[in-house]
Order: sequence, then structure tokens, then C-alpha cells
Amino acid sequence: MLKDHAKIMHAIAASSEITGRKKLQKMVYIAKKIDFPFHEKFAFHFYGPYSEELTLRIEELCNMGFLNEVKEKKGGYYQYRYSLTETGTEFLSLNEVEMAHLEDCLRDMNGQSARFLELVSTVLYFEGLPKEEVQEKIFTLKSKQRYTEEEVDRAYEYITDLKGKARIH
Amino acid sequence: MAYSSEKLSEEKVFKDPVHRYIHVQDRIIWDLIGTKEFQRLRRIKQLGTTYLTFHGAEHSRFNHSLGVYEIVRRISDDVFKGRQEWNDDNRLLALCAALLHDLGHGPFSHSFEKVFNLDHEDFTKKIILGDTEVNQVLQRVDAGFPRKVEEVIAKTSKNKLVVSLISSQIDADRMDYLQRDAYFTGVSYGHFDMERILRVMRPREDQVVIKQSGMHAVEDYIMSRYQMYWQVYFHPVTRSAEVILTKILHRVKHLFEKSYQFKYDPIHFYTLFKGEMTVSDYLKLDESIILYYFQMWQEEDDDILRNLACRFLDRNLFKYTEFDPAKEYKKLSELSLLFEKAGIDPEYYLVVDSSSDLPYDFYRPGEEEERLPIHLLLKNGEIRELSRESAIVDAISGKRRTDHKLYYPSDFIHDNRIKPQIKKQIRRLLELDEGQSRSDISKQWNTRPNRE
Repeated sequence: MLKDHAKIMHAIAASSEITGRKKLQKMVYIAKKIDFPFHEKFAFHFYGPYSEELTLRIEELCNMGFLNEVKEKKGGYYQYRYSLTETGTEFLSLNEVEMAHLEDCLRDMNGQSARFLELVSTVLYFEGLPKEEVQEKIFTLKSKQRYTEEEVDRAYEYITDLKGKARIH
Repeated sequence: MAYSSEKLSEEKVFKDPVHRYIHVQDRIIWDLIGTKEFQRLRRIKQLGTTYLTFHGAEHSRFNHSLGVYEIVRRISDDVFKGRQEWNDDNRLLALCAALLHDLGHGPFSHSFEKVFNLDHEDFTKKIILGDTEVNQVLQRVDAGFPRKVEEVIAKTSKNKLVVSLISSQIDADRMDYLQRDAYFTGVSYGHFDMERILRVMRPREDQVVIKQSGMHAVEDYIMSRYQMYWQVYFHPVTRSAEVILTKILHRVKHLFEKSYQFKYDPIHFYTLFKGEMTVSDYLKLDESIILYYFQMWQEEDDDILRNLACRFLDRNLFKYTEFDPAKEYKKLSELSLLFEKAGIDPEYYLVVDSSSDLPYDFYRPGEEEERLPIHLLLKNGEIRELSRESAIVDAISGKRRTDHKLYYPSDFIHDNRIKPQIKKQIRRLLELDEGQSRSDISKQWNTRPNRE
């Protein structure tokens, strides 16, 4: 019951706090791609993989009073910060979620920039394609982000590290 | 003559209740319709379990796919043709993507995807790119054509204009399903002036825009969509049927994992259970196969599976009550414990189901909600986002509506032969008058089959 909600709360609790909706989306997508059992459905949008279901779940959790959403002005736009409320913490204690090694992976991702996580999630989205084609996709579909070849290489390395972290710890 | 420009000696037409006729002149479209993968869509209902609420909703994904194709054909041939921003090379790509956009849908997709962690979009991709008849037809254009079609459907194509024809907040997919679903369910919502919208659509570099004079027709379309979601797609009885269907799949998966000996071997499910489903296995699944197993499972020894299968086929659905997760989550835990004490497994018989829709949204810089907004083309040539011009659309922009319901088997909790005191407590927590649920009293939906 409300298990998928509890998983998202667990992810946010494990990260202490997540700043930015884009970052939150990418963290959950990457966690899902490295085999953590999140069930939100993702499709490709402007910033890479995006889940309407996840957006909805977050909104619901805020309405339920389980998540704290702080809206802050940053430059020309607004940014959102998410953390668990006291009620949310209490709910989570009643609905415990077991996801071994998730905390480490999420903390690691939370330390990266949203821009880099966008790149990592896009690489993962096209993971069935050869690296050259993935690179071409990134340079075409994300031309505005001006990613470099070095950054793409780093994204591949990061995925390998993260997969190791998910399995080995 | 190149296959891509080959025409049939005579135009073929399909009679259609929504568009009157669907016109096919291109050889490739005719060939794609004839493939076995496309014909399979005749055996997948467009609206899943909705037929248990609206008995007319028996139409298939085949009907809808032809409808989307016809809308794109009309946009391309009657509205965009000859316009500076429209490259005629886009035509065939757009027509094929429109026709094939739902190719990977399986039977009762929503429930199957949830339980078995599948993705119909992934199967669409695999069918188009794999060893299939559809792929062979597309390959005849050129070796890279299947990939181009797949990329449009997956929204990963660089041709954003063609993507927006098939997938945006005002696209051919939505325009067809709203009208078609309204027609087959028999509801009076869902109608809007599509002829007008098609006439005022204009191609731009990376999306379709709407001439300002067509704004009111677009407002009507957005309102129709809103009504259809809440009156048809999220109907609580349809959701009850879907809850039971999902639980049947959960149960059968659980039993397989526990090495349960089925009386009738569910061979079509094995690769699904093991997470090894191939495209060829997937294509064998259609609604007839699934309903055959449901028939068979009515005779299984497992009480839960047997009961759920009977409920689905006999339309003995769960009742529901409004549920506010924020205020009532403790009550839910309490109910769950009481269900266990009463011998009713809450995992299968106490279910929270949520529906939510955002009728229209616009892009806000820096945020992740990335719906491509509808843009109006003003008389002076400027482009302006719809909600800035339309007060009606502005009023609903970005406003999500969500509904939570708690589903339960009313017959079980009113059966006082076993654990009567516990069941009394359950009924008290559910705030039920003796013998009737809140929903029974207020709506009478479940007691009158096929009634809106």
C-alpha cells in the first residue's frame, strides 16, 4: 500500500535533501536503470528521461504533508528543494523500505550537478546503442547543453562506478 | 519507381465511424496495415477494462491507429502541402510513425506494465527494429528508415516538427482518441471542432503552431480532454476492474514464484514471469489469450486466484470509498491489520488507487515539467504561448487534479459468518452503513452495470 510513494520518500530521506526537480528526476531514473526497484515510467523529453508519474507522486507527497517543498528564486527561475517532514518520517517508519546499497548510490548522485546527471541519464537511456551513436544523439538532441567528448567519457565511467557501488557494497 | 513514392493503382478506403473514410494511396501504408504485427492490434482493446463500465467501448487499437494515420495524412496532404516550412520528405515518415505509434501495446497494457515491469514503448521500438514483417516493409524504403520511424515515436528524433504532429499537447493521437473514445463509449463529451483545428495548423521549424483565429476551437479541445479524463478514463468502476486485473497478475506471478502447480499450465506467461520475454513471445499475447487463462483460473485450487478471476469475469467488482492518504494513512494500516485478522489478504483485497491529470501546462524555465506548450501564431507573425492569450486555458494551466480511492470487496466484509466482530470494526472504519458502502449510497455506479 502506497509502496511506490514510500520508495520515493526513502530515496529522498537517504539523500537527506534533494535540490532541483530535474536532479530528483534524474536520480530516480539512474537508480531505476541500475536495477533499484522503482516503478515510475520514464519517457524521453527535452532534458532526457522524464517521468510524469514521478512528478505526480512528488506532488501528492507534498499535498499529503510527507514532503517539504521549498521554492527558491535562483537567477531567472525557481528551484525546488525537497526533504521529509516529521509526518513523512513517521509514515516511513510504519512502511519500511528495504533497498540495500541505495543510500550510497543516491548520496553519490546527489553530489553531482543536475547537468551531469542529465548527461548520465541520457547515456543510460540509449545504452543499447554503440558509444559513437550515443555520442551523436547527445550532440544532436542536447546541442544547447554543449557537452564535450570528455564529459561523455566521464558519464560512462561514472555509470560503471555506480553499478559497482550498487552491487559490491 | 522507388518504393517510397509508389502509389496503389486505386485508392483504398476504410469506412470509419469517426472520420467517415480513411484513405490509403501509398503502397507502404497498405503493406504495413497488412503485416501480422499491425493486424494483432485488432485484438487489443483501445480502452482496456472500460468496456465493463461503458459497454460500447469495445473498439481496438487497430481502429485508433488508422485514425491517427488519417489525421496526419490530412494535415500533410490538405493543410501543410506546399507550405515553405513543410518538407514533403517528412510526409512518409510522419504517416508511418502515426500508423505505428501504438504497435507495442499489449493486452490490458496498464496492468501488465505495472506487474511485469514492461514498457510498451520499448516493444514498439523492438517490433519496428527487429526481425518482423513491419521492419521488412520499412526497410524497403531504405535501411535507415525503420530507425527514423522509431525515433519519431520515441521522441528522440531531431525532426521535432514531425514528433510534435504525433506527440504534443495538441497532436493527432489525442485528437483521434478523444473523438473515438467518446463515440464508442456513447458519452457526449469529447467532441470538438477538429476540422477547424486542422485548418488553422501551421508548420514551424520545430513544432506545429495554431493560427490565433483557431484559439476557441483549441480551448474546446482542451476542455473536451479534461471531461473525458474524469468522466471516462478515470471512471471509478473501470479502475475497480483494473485493480482486480492487476491483482490477478500479481497473484499468478506470486504463485509461479512459489512453484505452485497450476491445473492449466500458463505457458504464455512463463517468459513474462522469468523476465525473459522476447518480441515473438510478446506478439503472441492478446486479449483472447489472457481471457482464456482467466476462464481457466476460475477452476484453480488457490482461493485468491480463483476468486479474483471469477470477480473479473462476472463483473463482481470491488466497491470503493474516497480516501485521503494524508489524513487517513494510519487508518489504512489499521484496516490492513483488521483485514488480516478477518482472513482477507490486504495485499489483494485492500487497494488504494490514484488517478491524476494535468489538463494543460506550459514550459517554465529551469523546471522539469517539459510539456511542449501550444503556441499561437499571431497576425503579426509572432508566436505566443496559448495560456497568455486564453483566459480559459490560463485558469486551468498547471493545475493538476488528483483522486484517490480505496477499493475493497464489499461482499467479504459484509459476510458475518466468519469473524463478525472484526468485520464490524472494518465496516466502522470504512464508515459504511450496515449493508451499504458510501459509494453505493451516493453513486449507485456498481449496482447498475453499463450505466454512466
